[in-house]
Formats: sequence, C-alpha cells, structure tokens
Amino acid sequence: MNKYVTVQITQKGAVPSEPVEQGKRCPSCGIPLTQEVLEESLFVCPGCEHHLPLDAPGRIHALADAGSWREVAADLRPEDPLNFWDVRPYLDRLQGAQDETGLSEAFLTGTCRINGQPVALGVMDFRFLGGSMGSVVGERFHQLVLAAVDEHSPLMVVTSSGGARMQEGILSLMQMPKTVVALDLLAEAGLPFVSVLAHPTTGGVLASFATLADVIMAEPGALLCFAGPRVIEQTTREKLPEGFGRAEANLEHGQIDMVVHRRDIKERVVETLRLLEGGVICRLEEPVREDEEVLPWGSSPFAQAFARAKELAIASRSWLLGRDT
Amino acid sequence: MVERARHPHRPQTLDYVEHIFTDFQQLRGDRVSADDPAIIGGMGTLAGRSVMLIGQQKGHDLKERQRHNFGMARPEGYRKAQRLARLAEKFHMPVVTFVDTPGAFPGADAEEGGQAGTIARTLQVFSGLTVPTLSVILGEGGSGGAVALALTDRVYMLENSIYSVITPEGCAAILWRDASEARTAADALRITAQDLLALGAIDEIVPEPRKGAHKAHRATAKKLARALEAGLRELEELTPSERRRLRREKFLKMGRIAA
Repeated sequence: MNKYVTVQITQKGAVPSEPVEQGKRCPSCGIPLTQEVLEESLFVCPGCEHHLPLDAPGRIHALADAGSWREVAADLRPEDPLNFWDVRPYLDRLQGAQDETGLSEAFLTGTCRINGQPVALGVMDFRFLGGSMGSVVGERFHQLVLAAVDEHSPLMVVTSSGGARMQEGILSLMQMPKTVVALDLLAEAGLPFVSVLAHPTTGGVLASFATLADVIMAEPGALLCFAGPRVIEQTTREKLPEGFGRAEANLEHGQIDMVVHRRDIKERVVETLRLLEGGVICRLEEPVREDEEVLPWGSSPFAQAFARAKELAIASRSWLLGRDT
Repeated sequence: MVERARHPHRPQTLDYVEHIFTDFQQLRGDRVSADDPAIIGGMGTLAGRSVMLIGQQKGHDLKERQRHNFGMARPEGYRKAQRLARLAEKFHMPVVTFVDTPGAFPGADAEEGGQAGTIARTLQVFSGLTVPTLSVILGEGGSGGAVALALTDRVYMLENSIYSVITPEGCAAILWRDASEARTAADALRITAQDLLALGAIDEIVPEPRKGAHKAHRATAKKLARALEAGLRELEELTPSERRRLRREKFLKMGRIAA
C-alpha cells in the first residue's frame, strides 16, 4: 500500500492559496503590500517586520526542498462523532473550511528535506476552523511521529491554533494526551523534536505537543498563551501590560528557547538539528555479569534475563526521573 | 446535570480522603517556589498497599473556595503533582488522582509562570509512569486543567460528574455568542459520564447512591474505594511494560476518523 502522495514543489518562496486582494495594507504600519512583495518576503511586512499569517501550503513551500515533499496520512477525514450543531452543523462548518482552504483538515503532515536534511514536517493552518485540534489533527500527528521513527528523521512542527476543537467534544481534549504519548515513541527512538510557534498558538495545542519540543522557537510577536487574554483580564480585573503573552514575553519568562524571524527559521532549525544529532555516545555501561549477582538460579538463562530486565528497568526509570518539571 | 456535578455539598478530595484513608499523610510543595492549595497530595494505605493520592480541591464554602482557589490549579500545583508522581514511581506506589476543577487558573501570574508548558509536562510525566495509575472525575473535569491529571491506566467518572473540553458557558459564548445558551451547549457537548463511556473516552462509571453523592458522602466513598481496589487488583496482574503498552494504545486510539 502506498501511504505517501507526492506533491510537486517547483517554486521557491511562499506561495499563498489565494491571491492577495488589491489594496491590501500591513495591519501594523499600514504600508501597501502586493502579492509579489509578500511572496518574496514570506508574508512579513518589509516596512515594519510584522509577521502576517502564513498558511500551511505556503509554509511548506518556503521550507521544503523542491520535489522532496511527500504527504503522510493525507487520506484521513474528520467525522462528526457528537452530531454537533451550534448555529450551524459541524459537518457544514467542515465543508466550508475545506472549500475555502482547499485542505481536508487543519494540519498538513509529510516527510521532506530542508536544505538537504530529512525532516518529518507538520504545519498547522489557522484558516481551517482556527487551526483547532480535533481527531484528524491528533491522528496526523501520530502518523507523522510514526513516519519520523520509520525513516529515523527528526520531527519539526509549525503550530498555529486557537486550541482544541469544541465540536468534537471530549475527543478533541483527548488529542492532548494522545499527542504526548506519540512523542514518547519519538523519544524512545532517540529522535529530536523542534517546534516553531507561530501566531497564535494557544489552549490545548500549547498545553500539549507544542511545548514538549526539545527546542522551542517562536516567531516575533506571536501570541502564545493558554487562556485567552480576555479571559485573563476578566480574572485579574486589570488591564494586561503591552506585549502580554507574546513570544518576547514568553522568552523573558523562560518558556521558550528563542524568537526567530521567519526568514531565518529554515537555517536555524537545520543548525539546531545538526547540533542535537552531533552528540557522542561514550562508553556503554558494562552489562551486569551473572557472577556479580548471587541468585538461586546461578547463571541460568533466567538469571541473565532477570539481570538484563533489572538493567533496563533502572535505565527507563532514570529517564523518567530526570524529566523536566 | 451540570448543577449536580458542581453541587456545593458534593464530596470533594478531602472528604474522600477522610473516608477512604485512615493514615493519610499530606505532602506539600513543588520544590521550586510554592505550594498550591488547589491540589492536595499525599500518601495513604488503600487495601493493604501504599498509594499516592493527588486530588483537586474546590472547597465547600466561600472561605474554603478562596483558600483552594476554587480548585483552579497554578503551575506550582501541576509541578507538585509531577513531583509526587515521580516519588510514587520511585517507591512502586500506585497513583490515584481525583479530578475536580472548573479549569486551570487563567490568571496572569499562572500564564507567565508557564501554565501551558507545565500542563504538557505533567501529561508527559504521567505518560512515563510504570506504576498502576487511576484517575477519578469527582465532579467537574474542566478541560486541560483536568486532563493533566487523567492520562492514566484507568479513568473513572462518578455517575453524576461531567468532563468537558470547554465549560458549557465558554462554549455558548463562543459558538452561540450567548453565554445564556449554556444548557444547549452542555447538551451538544455530550459531557456526562454516560456520554463519555459511549464515546470511549473513559473506562468505567462509579455509581452514586440514588439521592446523589452530595447526600451520602460515606456511601459514595465506599463505592469509590471498592472500584479503586478492583482496578488496582486488575492492574497489578500486569507487568509494568504491559500496563504502559495498554495505556499507550488506549490514548493513541482516541478520536473518530474516516479512513
């Protein structure tokens, strides 16, 4: 069974899904921005460096080497497990999002090369129901990790999300533990995970896989917060300071490793992966010899198996005990 | 059903601790800078073995609710949970968590203190445990702040509890643009114990006395203790790696997708 679909990437730079309307201006400094200028600048205003949203296909075009992108889990489609209707049926909203974006879901996953470096890459798309995480997003993440392990590639994810997808109820919330468990599989294979948090990355996505990367990067000005600023203001009953919850504030408060301008992300990620993969496994521990362990079974196969199991149990436990808080 | 789950007299973590353990010893602090009163942690004996209990406490009256921050934990609370889970792992003690929270505290200090990352890392710690783990939704399982303590081998819900990705009020405000549509939102979200069992999101429902847990603390605690003991016996039959494999399979299967 061919699980991969090849999508041709022939153009360099960011290619948006829809052409930019006439008279579009930078929301930050107001200068006029044309299609040409935006494609060239990766949708960053050349006047003030304001980072405009970059959709998933555009991001992949900007990162992946031409011809290298192979989509993973392309065939997955969302269902309506709750039979959910708010002012519109969920199935309607899904159809609308699919028609508007040309994507089947809010997360595009695949394998590719970035400046020659093989990477399992996932990119979220905020245009699709606010980049919300439902069952397909979670399962694509799982499949992407399996592809990374299969090909022994590092994992890179670019996030942009309003959080968990309400219309799938508790099943959306369950994508948080699901993606965390998937990352255990990646860690057991000894593979690195780099995340790039784009504006906005919030809620259940920020509180699961996005912040579990080995190295966490964010784009300038990106809003990264668990609860929305409005909810926080209601709780504290004070106006929040300028820049609250933005990438720069997160850096100051020890939550991320670096803030990286969009044009520098490709180089920075490749360099980070090179460093993470350049470690040296020094002398391995000597296996426990059965004559060092006094067991009633002596040097029987059972004794050897017991000694090995104990060694593994100690090793896995110290891995757990050494984890971050 | 939401009112029942949030009933002020419904038994909470400290009530169950009183009825279930005779020797509970509370352990405090996150070993960084604080002790979060929204989360109670400690050790006690359950059916002959030591267990580590980590529970969210809302409080029964205004004074208690202020003290326990209405069961809304901060990063220091989740760090305490991580520390105690690791302590349990070190000494081969099963971990039992009691979930009862409107959600993680959405304050500015909590946000700046890394609320999101701490929840993620709590999930990660629980994902790595090899001791038996059991979580019980006592009343309200409020989204991310709740699931942080519920990545466990067994997930139970008390019969009249709720467990949701978002509060009905929050959902109504966003999707219906009208917070007073909370009841409609609650129905749509399918947040009862029965709904969750049908969706495959939990493992078992713990029945409550007919009048509801709020009218019968002791009887409810007895039923809960029995369910936990049965769960522990089942889980202790398995090897640590079998437990972890089954738990991974369970969570990796969550969700509904058309192939």
